[in-house]
Amino acid sequence: MLEGLFMGLSTAFSFTNLLMVVGGCLIGTFIGMLPGLGPMSIIAIMIPVAVTIGDPSGALILLAGVYYGAIFGGSTSSILINAPGVASTVATAFDGYPLTRQGKAGKALTVAAIASFSGGTIGAMLLMVFAPMLATVALLFHSAEYFAMMVVGLSAIAAFAGTGQVPKALMMTVAGLMLATVGETALFNLPRFTGGIMDLQSGLAFVTLAMAMFALPEALFLVLDPKRSKSEGSGGKITDLRITRAEAKLIAPVIGRQSIQGFLIGVLPGAGATIASFLGYAVERNLAKGEEQAEFGKGSLKGLAAPEAANNAACTGSFVPLLTLGIPGSGTTAILLGALVALNVTPGPRLMVDEPAVFWSVIISMYVGNLVLLALNLPLIPYIAKVLAVPRTYLIPFILFFTLIGAYIGQNNATELLMLIGLGVIATLLRFANYPLPPLLIGFILGRMLEDNFARSMQIHGGPGFILERPMTMALLAFAVLLVVLPGLRSYRKRRVEAKKAGVADGD
Amino acid sequence: MMTLERWIAVIFLMLCVLYGYQAYVVMDAGLPPFMHRNPVWPSTFPKILCVIGALAALAVILFAPKDGTTEEREIDHRRLLTDYNWGQALALIGLLIAFSLAMRPLGFLFTTFAFLVAGGWILGERTLWRLCLVGAATSLGIWYLVQQVLGIFLSPFPLFLA
Repeated sequence: MLEGLFMGLSTAFSFTNLLMVVGGCLIGTFIGMLPGLGPMSIIAIMIPVAVTIGDPSGALILLAGVYYGAIFGGSTSSILINAPGVASTVATAFDGYPLTRQGKAGKALTVAAIASFSGGTIGAMLLMVFAPMLATVALLFHSAEYFAMMVVGLSAIAAFAGTGQVPKALMMTVAGLMLATVGETALFNLPRFTGGIMDLQSGLAFVTLAMAMFALPEALFLVLDPKRSKSEGSGGKITDLRITRAEAKLIAPVIGRQSIQGFLIGVLPGAGATIASFLGYAVERNLAKGEEQAEFGKGSLKGLAAPEAANNAACTGSFVPLLTLGIPGSGTTAILLGALVALNVTPGPRLMVDEPAVFWSVIISMYVGNLVLLALNLPLIPYIAKVLAVPRTYLIPFILFFTLIGAYIGQNNATELLMLIGLGVIATLLRFANYPLPPLLIGFILGRMLEDNFARSMQIHGGPGFILERPMTMALLAFAVLLVVLPGLRSYRKRRVEAKKAGVADGD
Repeated sequence: MMTLERWIAVIFLMLCVLYGYQAYVVMDAGLPPFMHRNPVWPSTFPKILCVIGALAALAVILFAPKDGTTEEREIDHRRLLTDYNWGQALALIGLLIAFSLAMRPLGFLFTTFAFLVAGGWILGERTLWRLCLVGAATSLGIWYLVQQVLGIFLSPFPLFLA
């Protein structure tokens, strides 16, 4: 491990890679502040840039920097104008925005910066310890187990979608898997589901789908509902950056607890930063007593520190399944996985053995990224707010333009752009109907690998018998079924009980 | 009145049936003879998918909460016609399509410039000189970045000039 660590140190501290971290953090912070552009869209925009770098560690370091920057940038707009640009910073707005209205915006941003820094750093330490352990276990996995593991990952993503949302998330996952079957596969050499369209033979490009699912609908919503991007509130000057010793004492245990909890949630596939931040907020509110608890939602520093530490730690945690198992735990890491594959790096248990420089330099660059973010943001806080003043008449055309050009640069193909627009409109409709979209993208990305592993185990074992022959595969698949079925049953039963209480006749 | 989510599930169910027809009937009919004894066919995975997808769609249709959505949602289609600027959104979608179609024949520089100016205009910006300035600066800047710095070819001028 130490050897790898040093190799990572030397890679990460090369001049170009340091530049990548700093550049990535800067870009991420500034774009992340714009409401509507979350880490997912920003990373998707940056992929063509990253891919042209060619060097996988450099590219991954850049993208990781962008990721952290975007999360922090998102909390800035949550705190200043109550417009969370990113789902994972919604919880930040609960207490951050009240602080701004009390004239404590500077303090709030400082607390957010420090909590993010601690969360990210503690997360990176845990990653260093746990990732190699997970990787050793993962080496015992064969293609049958891989297949089962991915099924578990996909079901977990559907299962954690929230009450009443499980069938919808499952439907979206299957839609993503179906989209992945379009085009030719390496295993069969037959074009499938292309409808005779030549441009579909190579399958849908992943950037196209990512843009269509996230960036385009978000931009359309900004158009539809001007209130989403309106800057109101703060306006005044940002002063009083310091936090007192008493306040530091108050938030330190919160940050500690939430960094660890956030990391563990981040490791689970499908949970990710959003759930970590909400859960962190809820746990800390339950732990707080009396007056402190009453202050939550009205400008509590604890309530601000908890989601910030948790979401950054979770971001780091979500790198564990990505780097060691090749399973992305969230939409963002799914996009990162796509970038990795484009760079000819296959994440998985072999990554640590085959490309230790990539593996360790990413971990080291996480420390560097967090330091850079802290150093960058503390002095910049007064100026950061100014970016939010970009009028929407300029902002929205820019977002749309970058959406299209991101896909065009990658594919150099106008049909791809039309598909992007069509899929984007469909995605907008799905958002209207409250369907979760990340499962679709994760399904699309995992689809190819899932089918390859499935087909390989079928071929090795001469049929679906491998499910019964390999106990681990069977256990994993059974677990996956449970994950999907249990929450559905529970919510159904709960509704029946409630309906009976309300005196409604049992219709079915 | 069925909710939008149920309608989408119904459409998805029909898509699953089509997809399944393609997998079960069309693809298997075209299977090369030498593949018949393989334990796994190109259609095997799609067959499984269409069954799971249809089951999920049915679950949404049957078990989705019965319009318990009186609370204000972040994005709400019921406000579409009253509160939302759907005209602007449609105009922008049209502009996006025009941009995609014009990119090749008219070249990157002009298309981007026109897109940014027209997009700002649709959204209500009326100071033309500022729109033009921003549009020109962006199209040149991005083209320089992509073509010269990143080395990805983007034809800058219309076809008849290049």
